[in-house]
Amino acid sequence: MIFEVFRQERKGQPLQHAGTVDAPNERFAEIYAREQYGRRQESVALWLVPREAVNEIDEFPDEFEMKYRRVDGYSIKARLREARERAGTLEAAPGAGDAG
Amino acid sequence: MDTRTQEFLDYVQSGGQVETSDWMPDEYRSKLVKFIEMHGNSELMGVLPERDWILRAPTLQRKLALTAKIQDEVGHAQLIYRVVEDLGKPRSASLDDLVSGKSKFHNVFHYPTKTWGDVGVIAWLVDAAAIVSQKALLKCSYAPYARIMKKICWEESFHILHGRDVILAMVTGSREQFALVQEALNRWWEPLMHFHGNPIPAEEDPMYVWRIKSQANEDARQEFLDGYVPQILELGLEIPDKALVKDGETGVWSYTEPDWEKLRAVVTGHGPASEERLAFRRLSREDVAWVERVVLAEAA
Repeated sequence: MIFEVFRQERKGQPLQHAGTVDAPNERFAEIYAREQYGRRQESVALWLVPREAVNEIDEFPDEFEMKYRRVDGYSIKARLREARERAGTLEAAPGAGDAG
Repeated sequence: MDTRTQEFLDYVQSGGQVETSDWMPDEYRSKLVKFIEMHGNSELMGVLPERDWILRAPTLQRKLALTAKIQDEVGHAQLIYRVVEDLGKPRSASLDDLVSGKSKFHNVFHYPTKTWGDVGVIAWLVDAAAIVSQKALLKCSYAPYARIMKKICWEESFHILHGRDVILAMVTGSREQFALVQEALNRWWEPLMHFHGNPIPAEEDPMYVWRIKSQANEDARQEFLDGYVPQILELGLEIPDKALVKDGETGVWSYTEPDWEKLRAVVTGHGPASEERLAFRRLSREDVAWVERVVLAEAA
């Protein structure tokens, strides 16, 4: 059985994929993973996941280009300038003078 | 070359990385298997010259360190063969091809170790030469290989320090000890100059074209010379090549051209210790077959 091994380097950090071990069962997988990824105290936690249990999703279509969900969907520069002009605060605004 | 392959080639050449489940051209896959398998073989064969010295190490501390290094290298072989397996070649097939002489392993593991000086030179300089190549593999276009290389490089840096410590103990010891280091360096200089391969231009090296390697052979050798020649000379050791010199302006090292025919002969199994090492690997494979049977039986 192939087990995917995830390792956490320090408390609070994300578990990251470290590699795989080939073991006949979970007990051996644990021993192998400890030897490969933990014998120098380089990990504070290991997750072992049988490869068959991994449900991989690797397609993220964006047919409708839903840019309103993202920061690059908004361009506020021109409106902000107009708002400042109306309020009379354009000169005092940060970066005044180089604002396009 | 079809469009899909050309697009793949453009992708890896612009720094793109590939995962196991991604589509890849057959040629890329077979080049990957050949390259990565040879690396795995080298890790596994590389422990044999060191194994010879576990019982002969001069102190308990050195014995423990050598054993730890050997465990690391075997662990590297396991990780690397796993990557090869995910590319479609089972570990048992890799081991079959290794012991039958069908696949290769690195030139430096085809030589005998005569004294404890050789053990120090191997751990220091052979591992240093290896880490130059391995650091360049951190950028390999095949991501699963690049990822395990992080752990491998991390452990190799401990090996280099262990080797340098062995060498420093000997060069600060008796005259006989110093002489053992110099003699070992004389023996290992040619294999070290062979290590990074002939100076084939990167664009003609298929492993570079597919960005399995990210560095030309000669660039790797220059990096090794730059880093380690000063460290060797500062100990009062002599490098057995009168032509070795660094150009003050270009910063490029020139040296006596190594015998590339000899390198080809060594890596195809005609080195001084090739036959003995392969015979030992065959024997130990038969010897430990029962362990695999017991483990699988217990797990079943």
